[in-house]
Amino acid sequence: MKKSRYLPSALVDSLAPSGIRAFFDLVLTMDDVISLGVGEPDFSTPWAFSEAAIYAIEHGETSYTSNQGLLELRQEISKFLKARHKIRYSPETEILITVGVSEALDLALRAILNPGEELLIPEPCYVSYQPLTVLVGAVPVPVPLNARNGFSLRASDIKSRITDKTRGILLNYPSNPTGATISRSELAKIAELVKKHDLIVLSDEIYDELTYDKEHIAFPSLSDMKNRTIYLNGFSKAYAMTGWRIGYACGPSKIIAAMTKIHQYSMLCAPIMGQVAARQALREGAEAVAEMKAAYHSRRNFMVKELNRIGLKCPPTEGAFYVFPSIKKTGMNAVDFAMRLLEAEKVAVVPGVAFGKSGEGHIRMSYAADFDHLKEAIHRIERFIKKRK
Amino acid sequence: MDRVLSLLEKNAKMSPADIAKSVRMPLAKVKKKIAAYEKDGTIVRYKAVLNRQLIEGDGEFVRALIEVKVSPEKNSGFDHIAERIYRFPEVKSCYLLSGSYDLQLTVEGKNIQTIAHFVSSKLAPLENVQSTVTHFMLTKYKEDGDILKRDEPSKRPKISY
Repeated sequence: MKKSRYLPSALVDSLAPSGIRAFFDLVLTMDDVISLGVGEPDFSTPWAFSEAAIYAIEHGETSYTSNQGLLELRQEISKFLKARHKIRYSPETEILITVGVSEALDLALRAILNPGEELLIPEPCYVSYQPLTVLVGAVPVPVPLNARNGFSLRASDIKSRITDKTRGILLNYPSNPTGATISRSELAKIAELVKKHDLIVLSDEIYDELTYDKEHIAFPSLSDMKNRTIYLNGFSKAYAMTGWRIGYACGPSKIIAAMTKIHQYSMLCAPIMGQVAARQALREGAEAVAEMKAAYHSRRNFMVKELNRIGLKCPPTEGAFYVFPSIKKTGMNAVDFAMRLLEAEKVAVVPGVAFGKSGEGHIRMSYAADFDHLKEAIHRIERFIKKRK
Repeated sequence: MDRVLSLLEKNAKMSPADIAKSVRMPLAKVKKKIAAYEKDGTIVRYKAVLNRQLIEGDGEFVRALIEVKVSPEKNSGFDHIAERIYRFPEVKSCYLLSGSYDLQLTVEGKNIQTIAHFVSSKLAPLENVQSTVTHFMLTKYKEDGDILKRDEPSKRPKISY
C-alpha cells in the first residue's frame, strides 16, 4: 500500500512524545497556581539592556547582521571570557552568535556528529539534548547520575560507557534540572578521559554565572581542553533575557565555521535587536547580574533548608535556580506527586522524569519566583505531605 | 552590605527566622544583629511604602520641592540651619546639595495654601534663609527605588523546561 504523503518523517516520528505533556497542559489551564515550574528568571530584563535595543530600533538598526553576529558583540564576548575564565577566543573566527543556546547546541550536534556515532549525555538533563541528537542520526547514550552524589557527574560514570563509537560528551553544569555542578577534581578527571579517548566536549554552561558557593570553572579553561570543547553560553538566565533569544558558541575555528555554514542557511543570523541588548548587557550588566544572583542565593538557601525540614531530602545544590529534592519518602512517583500536589494545593512543580528516567523520584522546583510565593509553596507542600501520611 | 540588612531593606516584613534560613545563619545570631542595628541607628525604623495617589481623600495632598539658599554659620556650617528647617514636621526630606542652591526640601501639605503659608511664615523668615524657590509636584512616578505603578502580572508561561 502506498504510504500517505501527509505524515512526518520516520526520524521525527521516532521521537518519543513528552510523557508529561498532559501535566503541562493542565497547569497552563489553571488559574491562581503558585508555579515553581518555570525555567526562566522571574526578573524582567534590566532596563538598560532593553533601552539599548529600543534606541537601536529607533535609529534604524533593524537589518540582518553578519551570519556570525555583530562583530562588536563577539568582541565583547571575547573580552568577557578572557577576563572571567582566562580563555581566549578570536572574535573573528572562534565565536558564533546564535538564537539561544538551543540553536547553538543544535548546530554543534549537526556540525560534528555522523550517523551512528554515540554521544554521552549525563541524565537527568535538559529536554532537548536527546531528541536533537536523534535528529542528526546519532545515538544518545544516557549516563545516569546518582542522587547520592547530588546528581553531580563523576568521571567514573562516563568511563564505562565509552565505546569505539563514542564521539563526545555533552556537559551541562550548573545543571537544569538538578542545580548540580561538577567539582574541579572531577572536571580534571573528565578532561583526562577526553584526551585519552580523543572525545569532543559540548559544554552547555548557560547557568555559569549562577553559582553560589564556589566559582564556576569553564570547561575550555582546563588545560588542553579549549581545542576539544564547543563552549555554549548565552544571555537568557543570568541576564534575564530569555525572550531575546541570544546565545553563542565558542570553539575551534574549523567547527565554528562548520556551525556557521548551517546557521547561515537555517537562521541567517540572530535578531539584531537581541544582539544589541546583549552587547549592552556585557558592557554594563555586571551590577544587575550580581543583584539578581544575590536574590537567587538567598532563595536557594531558604528552599534547601525548608525542603529538608518538611522531609523532602534536598542537597545544597550549587547553582542555576533549581532544586531537585527527592520525593521518594512520600511513596508517590514523580508524576503522581506533581499531579496531586497541583490538584490539592495548586502548586506547580515539574516531575523529575521529564528530564530522563534517572529523574524519577524527584521533582524540579525553580526558585526563580518571589520569596513570598516560595514560602507559601513550602507551606502548602508541607500540608500536602502531612495529609497523605 | 551585610546580607541581613539588604534583605530587610528590600522587605522589612521578612521574619528573623526566614532571614536566618536565607543567609544560613543561626536564628539567635540574626536576632542579635538586628537588635544591634536597631540600637546603633543603622536601621532607623520599619515602614510601608505607600502609593498615596491611590488613597481616597489623600489625592488632594500637595507636595512641593523647595530649593533653599542659606548662609552657613561660622562654627556649624549648614548643619544648624538645616536642623532648624528639617525639624518642621511638614518637611519630609531635606538634603544639602552642591550647586546653585544649598538645601532641597520635600514639603507636604493639605493644599497649596498650606505650603505657601509654611514657606512665607516659617521657612523664609528664618534669619539664614536667603531665598526659596518652590516647585509643586504634579505626579510621583518613582520614589526611593520603588516604581509606584503596579507592574502588570508577569506573562511568562506558568510552566516551562
